Amino acid sequence: MDFVKFFARRLGRLLLTVFIISTLVFFVVRVIPGDPALIIAGMDASPEDVQAIRVKLGTDKPLLSQYLVWLSSIARFDFGTTLISGEPVIKLIMERFPLTLTLALLGISIGIFVAVPLGVMSAVKRWSLWDYFGLVFSQLGMAIPSFWLGMLLLILFAVKIRILPLFGADTPAHFILPAVSLGFARAAIILRMARASMIEELSKEYIITARAKGLTERMVKYKHALKNGLLPVITVTGIQFGYMLGGAIIVEQVFSMPGLGRLFLFGIYQRDFTLIQGGVIFVAIIFSLVNFLADILYSIVNPKIRVE
Amino acid sequence: MADAKELLKVENLGVCFIHGTMEAHALRGIDLSFYEKEIHGLVGESGSGKTVTSTCIMGLLPSPPGEITSGRILFENENLLELSQGQMRSYRGRKIAMVFQEPSKYLNPAFKIGEQITEMLRLHLDMNKEKARERAKELLGLVGLGKDGRVLDSYPHELSGGMKQRAMIAIAISCNPRFLIADEPTTALDVTLQLQILRLIKELKDLLGMGVLFISHDLGVVKEVADRVSVIYAGRIVESSTKGTLFDKPLHPYTKLLMLSIPDAHRRGQRLATIPGRVPDADATPSGCAFHPRCPLADDRCKSENPELRGNEDGHKVACHHAGESWNI
Repeated sequence: MDFVKFFARRLGRLLLTVFIISTLVFFVVRVIPGDPALIIAGMDASPEDVQAIRVKLGTDKPLLSQYLVWLSSIARFDFGTTLISGEPVIKLIMERFPLTLTLALLGISIGIFVAVPLGVMSAVKRWSLWDYFGLVFSQLGMAIPSFWLGMLLLILFAVKIRILPLFGADTPAHFILPAVSLGFARAAIILRMARASMIEELSKEYIITARAKGLTERMVKYKHALKNGLLPVITVTGIQFGYMLGGAIIVEQVFSMPGLGRLFLFGIYQRDFTLIQGGVIFVAIIFSLVNFLADILYSIVNPKIRVE
Repeated sequence: MADAKELLKVENLGVCFIHGTMEAHALRGIDLSFYEKEIHGLVGESGSGKTVTSTCIMGLLPSPPGEITSGRILFENENLLELSQGQMRSYRGRKIAMVFQEPSKYLNPAFKIGEQITEMLRLHLDMNKEKARERAKELLGLVGLGKDGRVLDSYPHELSGGMKQRAMIAIAISCNPRFLIADEPTTALDVTLQLQILRLIKELKDLLGMGVLFISHDLGVVKEVADRVSVIYAGRIVESSTKGTLFDKPLHPYTKLLMLSIPDAHRRGQRLATIPGRVPDADATPSGCAFHPRCPLADDRCKSENPELRGNEDGHKVACHHAGESWNI
């Protein structure tokens, strides 16, 4: 019962977020100087042509009715057609999304499988060699920009040693380097969180109870502390994953991968309002959705959150 | 009570906490005896060494900074202080169990009550999953949490404070321990619940034949539950006796002052007595009798000479140069 209520509350919050973002995007795009109709029509167009385009775009109508039309189309996942090519925005996004999703999944997997064990070990064996290694690893991961790491990896593995392909996204091998360069930075953040959270849990009172029960240290740490210690890690991982699903503009650029990031970058270069607008909404929806899922997962691991 | 079997004995236990070059003597040689089917109340103010005593018995004294400087803890012909951590683990939870002050903090929020009970049964008594669950259900019935086992599938946050403490007790008694330490088990509860929990501990003590160390800062609570009472002050036992004798005829001025600070219906309208000052820090224990700066009877001898804990013929022990003397309040 608690769970159903919690689920409904979080779902409501998700819808509210998407609604607020849609509204913000709508008004921001309208406030920014520059009439899309003028841009499409070009410098030399006659006022009649411009007006005809306005009618086609619907920008001749009052703001409020434009807003309502906008909301109803968002609800139907209809983000309009691009100004430049006239293709539906959602089609372009969906063409690019699988690549971005793959990259994000690979990146977050690297983040989780490297960072969680390392972070937990760092906390359990605090100030040991493990811990110093973990700290150095996370410092580097946060300090080194992903694209720079990407370029170094390219130089090493695609130019000097030549065991991995240089550009593109044609084979699985193409994904290795971008995933590593994205995953490294995520791993750094997740590691920090895992370490800090485990250290905190290990100092809680229920750890004394667990020891007083005669449990082995292994059970005390990897059962009692870990289940609580992983909770903030779930949240952070969800947020990181959400970020990556919005596309990794610079890393995609470095590796010439046709993902969402490059699509949106292209839209910005071309001043393609509907593409930019659709992109922002899409990223916002995906981001909220991932956080929603992370919250649900969190509540499964820690049912206490459901009533708070 | 004289024929009761001795279960656990603390002899001359000394504990010191070392912080850099500072040494804090938390326990300065205490002796305590615990008998089967007997609740031994240990009373003292915060910082007097009650919890350090229980941590030592459990073998959970954090070291560093804690260090046991002297003494023995005898249980079933073994000196617990000489056991390895691995050997000690087979005593903890199995033969010596503990109930803590704040059940909401001392229960793991991420596990169901059932899991928190059965993991002990499976570890210590080698039960399989079904048998452990059956036994856990019985235990919940025993502590008054219903016979239908509904609480097994509850998380701690779904229970009230009193229920949580009952669950904590169910965990502690799950393996039929010989000895139970209850560290201020009612302090975090409402007064009405306190009495219920105290009764429960008494009942379980008789049912399972356990010896119980009952730690409290509240002499009123100890009067309710204990059979024998020891008063601890600044890391030393200052008075120890059966409950009747101690409450009828307290000999140590500290014990008398503690009793005067219990609210009593017969003294309605009078101001409650308070003891001036506070327990000295363990790194700055006064010379002589540690209580002398706060004691109404203190003289020069008390400042220089530490009184020993001496017993009279009926086993009433006291450590005071002026034992039994009275003064004008």
